[in-house]
Amino acid sequence: CGNAGESKKSNSDSAKGEEKASGSLTISGSSAMQPLVLAAAEKFMEENPDADIQVQAGGSGTGLSQVSEGAVQIGNSDVFAEEKEGIDAKALVDHQVAVVGMAAAVNPDAGVKDISKDELKKIFTGKIKNWKELGGKDQKITLVNRPDSSGTRATFVKYALDGAEPAEGITEDSSNTVKKIIADTPGAIGYLAFSYLTDDKVTALSIDGVKPEAKNVATGEYPIWAYQHSYTKGEATGLAKEFLDYLKSEDIQKSIVTDQGYIPVTDMKVTRDANGKQS
Amino acid sequence: MINNRENMSVSERLISSRQNRQLDEVRGRMIVTACALIMIAASVAITIFLGVKGLQSFLVNGVSPIEFLTSLNWNPTDSDPKYGVLPFIFGSFAVTILSALIAAPLGIAGAIFMTEIAPNWGKKVLQPVIELLVGIPSVVYGFIGLTVLVPFIAQFKSSGTGHSLLAGTIVLSVMILPTITSISADAMASLPKSLREGSYALGATRWQTIRKVLVPAAFPTLMTAVVLGMARAFGEALAVQMVIGNTRVLPESPFDTAGTLTTIITLNMGHTTYGSVENNTLWSMGLVLLVMSFLFILLIRYLSSRRKV
Repeated sequence: CGNAGESKKSNSDSAKGEEKASGSLTISGSSAMQPLVLAAAEKFMEENPDADIQVQAGGSGTGLSQVSEGAVQIGNSDVFAEEKEGIDAKALVDHQVAVVGMAAAVNPDAGVKDISKDELKKIFTGKIKNWKELGGKDQKITLVNRPDSSGTRATFVKYALDGAEPAEGITEDSSNTVKKIIADTPGAIGYLAFSYLTDDKVTALSIDGVKPEAKNVATGEYPIWAYQHSYTKGEATGLAKEFLDYLKSEDIQKSIVTDQGYIPVTDMKVTRDANGKQS
Repeated sequence: MINNRENMSVSERLISSRQNRQLDEVRGRMIVTACALIMIAASVAITIFLGVKGLQSFLVNGVSPIEFLTSLNWNPTDSDPKYGVLPFIFGSFAVTILSALIAAPLGIAGAIFMTEIAPNWGKKVLQPVIELLVGIPSVVYGFIGLTVLVPFIAQFKSSGTGHSLLAGTIVLSVMILPTITSISADAMASLPKSLREGSYALGATRWQTIRKVLVPAAFPTLMTAVVLGMARAFGEALAVQMVIGNTRVLPESPFDTAGTLTTIITLNMGHTTYGSVENNTLWSMGLVLLVMSFLFILLIRYLSSRRKV
């Protein structure tokens, strides 16, 4: 009885004031993006109690496939849809919600903090095999890779290695596992998003003297970064549009996005297209 | 109704209960048959689905099946993509066979201990231990392997981590140990008493009886136990993925990293889009796994047909 009265009251309230978002929305895709989108969704649902947003993580490929099929309203991906085979990118609308920077991370014992891009390439293609060749300790280099189809790997190969194929090394999918292996193994090197570089368990390498920091990514000086995309099939409508606008709002970009180690899209002074051309 | 029944004659009551029983009979048969049909339909549907999906990379994307099964080069994202899964097939077989080599002697010896050497307290202790091993989820095995086994193995390597074929083998052998032990124990326990008595009557000692009479008699079933364990090892993904390193090259020694069919599927599935070549080749790997498990079943069938007792 009391409940009914209350709900009636809130209904009339929302009718009077600004329209509150309602309905349900399913988002799937990139597991790297899930914490970010989930945090925003939780805040959104707090402000709009009638809205129900589910954020699933199944990988960028799954997200793109599902949004193309219409199984979910938003598909998150850490690569451009154009880069994935089997996806009709023209039918999808790209919403760039954040930028993620990535760094080559090494075990702190290696004694190397700054290398040139050329040296980085030689490390990952197996031409440099020991840290002492770069002025570090006499430790053999152990590579930690990501799976072939992972977006993190694609970004690193494209912008850090200029497309060179990495030599074989332990392959792990989860960033936490990669970080643990690098931290535990003398001489290990891998690549991680900035959000995993918050402590000193691993050392993030500067490239050609440019530190892996948000401000260097924003100016385009630091090369290894990628957009975090939220794709909709056709223009976003209804709750999906409201949520994406919310995600791209100054408020969220300056709080949740930066808190989680991402770089707000609005901060970027350079842009990139699907072919990797920077302007 | 109750009054009615009280008023019924004995013969009427018998007839009515027989009708009830007939109805019961029909109902029971229908439920059981329906369940069996659901099971059959499910496995047939999975087989057909996997067959269709798994063949797509060959039929639609034009990947050569011969290259797929015999090439050592796996690089699906290259501009000149390569789809050779032989390193993973090799990896799957290597961990399976090596873990069976470790787990089979242990499991069969444990079963002999339980049934022949110390049937009373041995069973009391070993039975719960085995049940406990079965109950531990595979992710926990993988996690223990990653935190305990991998750093331990790393000590014996000149550099790098302890992720290796050996780590995968050890984790898997613990995982398949309960399967092998419990089926072997059942096999030993189900041997007729007359075999033991006959052997003792001829003056054989206990060990001679076990070695010359009981184990040979139970041999086909013991082998079935080992093959069932191997089938489990072949299909295990999660625990192996955490400790084996998931590389795309053939391991040169047990201390090298390797990859298996299952670990490559789980690592890449989420990143690929439905219908792409990369995704379809993962389905083809799934088909290879299915074919392998059919072969395991055939092997078990063959072994069962040779059972002597």
